[in-house]
Amino acid sequence: MLLAVTDLHKSFPGADAPVRVLRGVSLQLEAGQTMALTGESGSGKSTLLHLIGGLDRPDAGQIVLDGLHVETLSDRGRAALRRDRVGVVFQQFNLIPSHSVGANIAFQARLAGRHDADWCAALARRLGLEAHLAAYPEQLSGGQQQRVAIARTLAARPALVLADEPTGNLDETTAEAVLDAMLSLVTETGAALLVVTHSAQVAGRMQRRAVLRGGVIA
Amino acid sequence: MIGAALGALMSFWRARPLQLFTLLAGLALATALWSGVQAINAEARASYAAASATLGGDSLERIVDRAGGTLAQADYIALRRGGWLVSPVVEGRLNGVRLAGIDPLTAPQGPTEAGAGDLWGFIGGRGQIIGRADTLRNLPQEGPELVEQHSMAPGLAIADIGQAQRLLGLEGRISYLVVLPGQPLRQVPLAEIAPGLELTAARPATDLARLTDSFHLNLTAFGLLAFAVGIFIVHGAVGLAFEQRRALVRTLRALGLPLGALIGLLAGELLVLSLLAGGMGVALGYLIAAALLPDVAATLRGLYGADLTGQLQIRPVWWLSGLGMAVGGAALASAGALWRLARLPFLAGGQRRAWALAGQRALRRQFALAIGLLGLAAILALRGSGLLAGFGLLAALMLGAALLLPVVLGWLLRGCERLASAPVAQWFWADSRQQLPGLSLALMALMLAMAANTGVSTMVSSFRLTFAGFLDQRLMAELYVDAATPAEADRVRDYVTPRVDAVLPLMAAQTMLAGGPGELRGMVDHASFRDNWQFLAALPDAWDRLHSGRGVMVSEQLARRADLWLGDVLGVEGTALPVVAVVGDYGNPVGQAIVTASLFASLHPEAPPHRLALRLPPGEVPGLVDALVRDLGISRDRLTDQAALKAYSMGVFERTFAVTGALNLLTLAVAGFAMLMSLLTLAALRLPQLAPVWALGLTRARLGRLELLRAVLLAGLVTLLAVPLGLALAWVLLAVVNVEAFGWRLPMHLFPADYAWLAGLALVAAALAAWWPARRLARTRPADLLRVFANER
Amino acid sequence: MNARGLALILWLLPMAAWPQGFAGLGSQTEGFARPVRGHRLEFPADHGPHPDFRIEWWYLTANLRGPDGAPFGAQWTLFRSALAPGGQDPQGWDSPQQWMGNAAVTGTDWHHFSERLARGGVGQAGVVAEPFRAFVDDWVFEQNGQTFDLRASGSDFAYDLHLAGTGPVVLHGEAGYSVKSGAGQASYYYSMPGLEVSGTLWLRDGPVAVTGTAWFDHEWSSQPLAADQTGWDWFSLSFDSGDRLMAFWLRGAERFGSATWIGPDGQATPLTDAEIAARPLAWHQVAGRDVPTRWQVDVPSRGLDVTVQALNPDAWMGGRFPYWEGPVTVTGSRNGQGYLEMTGHE
Repeated sequence: MLLAVTDLHKSFPGADAPVRVLRGVSLQLEAGQTMALTGESGSGKSTLLHLIGGLDRPDAGQIVLDGLHVETLSDRGRAALRRDRVGVVFQQFNLIPSHSVGANIAFQARLAGRHDADWCAALARRLGLEAHLAAYPEQLSGGQQQRVAIARTLAARPALVLADEPTGNLDETTAEAVLDAMLSLVTETGAALLVVTHSAQVAGRMQRRAVLRGGVIA
Repeated sequence: MIGAALGALMSFWRARPLQLFTLLAGLALATALWSGVQAINAEARASYAAASATLGGDSLERIVDRAGGTLAQADYIALRRGGWLVSPVVEGRLNGVRLAGIDPLTAPQGPTEAGAGDLWGFIGGRGQIIGRADTLRNLPQEGPELVEQHSMAPGLAIADIGQAQRLLGLEGRISYLVVLPGQPLRQVPLAEIAPGLELTAARPATDLARLTDSFHLNLTAFGLLAFAVGIFIVHGAVGLAFEQRRALVRTLRALGLPLGALIGLLAGELLVLSLLAGGMGVALGYLIAAALLPDVAATLRGLYGADLTGQLQIRPVWWLSGLGMAVGGAALASAGALWRLARLPFLAGGQRRAWALAGQRALRRQFALAIGLLGLAAILALRGSGLLAGFGLLAALMLGAALLLPVVLGWLLRGCERLASAPVAQWFWADSRQQLPGLSLALMALMLAMAANTGVSTMVSSFRLTFAGFLDQRLMAELYVDAATPAEADRVRDYVTPRVDAVLPLMAAQTMLAGGPGELRGMVDHASFRDNWQFLAALPDAWDRLHSGRGVMVSEQLARRADLWLGDVLGVEGTALPVVAVVGDYGNPVGQAIVTASLFASLHPEAPPHRLALRLPPGEVPGLVDALVRDLGISRDRLTDQAALKAYSMGVFERTFAVTGALNLLTLAVAGFAMLMSLLTLAALRLPQLAPVWALGLTRARLGRLELLRAVLLAGLVTLLAVPLGLALAWVLLAVVNVEAFGWRLPMHLFPADYAWLAGLALVAAALAAWWPARRLARTRPADLLRVFANER
Repeated sequence: MNARGLALILWLLPMAAWPQGFAGLGSQTEGFARPVRGHRLEFPADHGPHPDFRIEWWYLTANLRGPDGAPFGAQWTLFRSALAPGGQDPQGWDSPQQWMGNAAVTGTDWHHFSERLARGGVGQAGVVAEPFRAFVDDWVFEQNGQTFDLRASGSDFAYDLHLAGTGPVVLHGEAGYSVKSGAGQASYYYSMPGLEVSGTLWLRDGPVAVTGTAWFDHEWSSQPLAADQTGWDWFSLSFDSGDRLMAFWLRGAERFGSATWIGPDGQATPLTDAEIAARPLAWHQVAGRDVPTRWQVDVPSRGLDVTVQALNPDAWMGGRFPYWEGPVTVTGSRNGQGYLEMTGHE
């Protein structure tokens, strides 16, 4: 078992009372599995993803990732988790604006101490980014930016890739191509993939699907 | 329509109180520094004027009694009737108050055209005595009417000469005559009218006045630089506000608001804000001046021995100049932004360009402008002449260097990025470079502040060192006796000769040198001079040439004015002598030529030495002073103890330092504030740049530390660049501006320890400025960072 | 005491502006003597000062020519002003008498002016009737036997002139009682026109020998102007025919003119306001004021219809009480020369 989430709770300060977004979510994912997480807007999909990725802290519940109790980690521990074991692809603005595409791709791998220039080059080639390695993020299209984000995530060879609407800002054709590339590369590296999406088409490409409704997995 | 538009524009500030605060505070601080310095200057000048009335630090010649007594009123009348434009002054003490009697009709510059409606009140009937309230309190109430006037020097009272003669028991006597400028085409020689009288030159008190004038000029330059620092802050705040309101501007124009009205509204808004800030700034400047003034007052007390209260008066001219500077500065700072707005294409984008102010092209243009300005500075340094060129050089140098700063910092950061190998280090340098456009104005402000501080510290310290050396040279004897008459000089000489190591007569006479008025000095051959004097330039055997009567030494002022240097020939009263040495003279505006004593005596047999320099062990000075007073009846104020004079002169400079030191701290504080405000403004824009790095595995705490480190590192780099700039500034002040303004050049000395201290202060200021934004970053909620990836910015 | 200090102190003196008229000549005169109609002037006694009156002046203007015929003008004036009534007493510094000398030399394209101020009572300035002597500092106008010596100097000029011929004494108005306004302000006023002049002007370029004619005026009063009168335009003209004209117009709520026609024999005839006319033909800006430096002057009863043109329109006397004064040339029904004085133009 790569990931086991048990009875996870999270609320945010609201206008009057705290908004209880997650009310006891439980979920498991095996290594190498792909899974889609769907649900209505505001159902807490992204929040769940952030908690798993060590980007935020749950109020209660357990997250065991690769044998590590994520909910008990300090700021520093969670930073190490993000660096070493998890890769996150957000909907947009994933990239470091001051770094070129090449530097962006290598960045996380180098942080994690797993940099492999050949692998980075291969990823760039596979994702059609070779011509843009010296470019800066602001010079790329949205689809290209998302591909750089995917390359950067996979360059560090994480055990788990978390993707939050990775194609949400892209047109259909581009989305399709980005999704293809991501799935094939994830499969190749043996990483597990958890995708938050509201697109049935994206969800349909995953091995498993879970729906978040009313703060729990339906 | 206009009202609605104004409301829309102003709502921007309501939503961004911090930015409004930046704008107001920046402008207020700039104005405060400017008006504070001006206030100190104005107050000091007013005090000098009052003090010089007391002590006669005199720019005019006088006619005095040769024997040191008073002169007869009949001589005054005879001189007037002989064509001499002179004005009588009678002086004396009345109940401890120094009472000066003047004749308002013949006084310099005479009665003003405004008329003298109450002239009769002053001179006729009961008469009047004018002075400060605390001075008048000591005077008899039953005498002339006491008229209070605050701006008089303490302890001094003025009355009409007739009243004063009566009060002082000096009827028919006059203390001295002031020789007015613009004497008529012909007059009877003084010796023919009154052989007992002599013409004396400006008094030595002028020496220090010249130095303080130089000090004030430099303070003014300092005030201007401080203002420039503030204007950079304002420029940043206004530029940002305009950029951020582009969308709003577009909307308003789309709704039909004419461009002219829009620009008018924005300009009006700026006017109101700058008046507000200017008002605060003047008030703040007043506080600064009030806080620093005790030091200035102390300086004056040291200079003149006059008791100045150091009480600050609000002068309307500060308000006007302060508000004027604030409005002008805001206009200067926002002219570019308004211009861009006026030329903005109707549908140009809004937010996207907000901080992309320094695109590559703009940077290239800035670089070209900077190089152009520095080139202009170089040309002015080599070819320019006149005070205006000096200040132009100063401005071109500082502005050029400031504009060059972002470019140079960009190069340096790129170099660091290349050298770095670790990913976080690489990111750190790349990210720093990305911050440059947003921080460059604050960094320019910091650099200008640092350079100004370095420059002014160098100048003041060089000043002190030079002046100390000058005092050592000129006051090498332990005791000076200023005899009232030649006979007294002879008696003193006879008396002291067996008691001291050496008696050195000092001879001086007024003369014409190289077509202008000057002073000729005679010097005896003694080791005291050979050992102590330092020259700006000298032939190897200058002393021997001088004393063999085959050479003349000239002061720097004379050398510069007459374009003389070693080997050139100067005509000294008909004798052509080659210049064998040039000596620095930091006190005397009049050119000097020094010849050997025997030559002097043959040229001026009529001017026997009054002044004697005595060499003796320092410990014996007090005893000899007492003996001279007791045995020969020499007045104590005719004896000058070298050690005491030196100590007091140096005390003046210590106090000058106190003022400079305080202003250093203040400027750095302003620069630090600029940095704080820039960092706070940037903070919101920073999140999208930081969030990815955070998401990839850096803790917020570490990001905060890096932010702090960046500020300190940037400040460090700026400091490294600012020190040479400050030295260039000091060079301009000492070698160009001072020469143009005062005719002498101050040798420049370097003070590495001072610069290290200033650099340390700059780093501390930067660290303090960055501390709060960094801490805020370290405590940003993850949810705020995550929002970056989900929301439209 | 230095210049700055003194200037400061003088500023501090509680100064009220002169209240009325040009140089305060229209202000009140409590305690001073007043001119009386029908009073008989006695000479030489009345050449001397009249300290019981508030103000008095001795005025000499000369039209001169150099060896090459170049025209010049020279002016020498001594004003006396009493700050308080009391006549000659007290003496010494307490004397209320104040003296002001004005001297000028005018060429076609230059004009040098100098001013001296002096306290009375200490011997720096004064006037004695016989032998006549008026002086302030080294400036002197004094009788030397049958002739007079006149000396003055400034920072850029000096002159030594000798005046000969005593000419007739011309009493203006009613035997020297000269009315200055409709309200009855008046002064004692007489002239000695037609003095022969020779001497030297000392200029920066060197001495210039000159000859010509001079016109002497002496006038005293206590309030010669009405409160509303702001200034005057005064002409002294000598015509080639030997006739002379002294005419002045006082400017106030109403213009008030008065004149004396002087025949070649010195016979004086007063002319009333209705008999004389003058109007500016051209204005010139000098020292920030607009001053008429070309005039049309008419005396129909004498067939006089002339244009009076300033030799140098920049003849500005920039002293404590600034005014315009300079030599003029006369053309028209008669030709001649003279002097023009204008005060109070803004």
